[in-house]
Amino acid sequence: MKNRLKVLRAERDWSQGDLADRLEVSRQSVNAIETGRYDPSLPLAFKIAELFGIAIQDIFTSPSKEN
Amino acid sequence: MAFTRAEKRYNVRVLWLSLGYVVLLLGSIYYLKHYAAHDEIDWLVAILPALPLVGLFAALGRYFVEETDEYRRMLTIRQALVATGFTLSVGTIYGFLESAGLVGHVESFYIALLWFFGLGVGNCFNKLIDRGGEA
Repeated sequence: MKNRLKVLRAERDWSQGDLADRLEVSRQSVNAIETGRYDPSLPLAFKIAELFGIAIQDIFTSPSKEN
Repeated sequence: MAFTRAEKRYNVRVLWLSLGYVVLLLGSIYYLKHYAAHDEIDWLVAILPALPLVGLFAALGRYFVEETDEYRRMLTIRQALVATGFTLSVGTIYGFLESAGLVGHVESFYIALLWFFGLGVGNCFNKLIDRGGEA
């Protein structure tokens, strides 16, 4: 699933490790989500959205609207 | 790649269970070779080495429960599924070859060892799927 995680992270000057620490997951997980190789669960997606203070749909692109 | 807390706990359990397996296997072989009395004690001693192997399966199940990093948990679940598919496939193919009299009989406990080998295959499968993903 496409997402703006890398952009949002860069805006805050956070490394993948910084974001991983804040989300309490591994850096490998952040990398997998950022590159679209792994779609996070709803609880983790909410956690990401709350961390950045924006709605889930402003971070993740709905698969139906990707093309 | 740093281990998660759940992975560290799993690794410690695997280490102790593996050590227990070696000790119980050697002890069991020695007992059955020198003191076998063809009684119920023999049954108990024969089963003992299997218990740490069963413990290894339980340790993996406990890891799935304890792991809070959902991506890492998904990777390990996929690894275990590949191991299970690999083991069932090899076991089935070998069974048919054995029925046809083309290969010799293999003790059934090797299926557990084959599954652990399958975990290695599953790990390769994970790396193949995720190749190029690390930034």
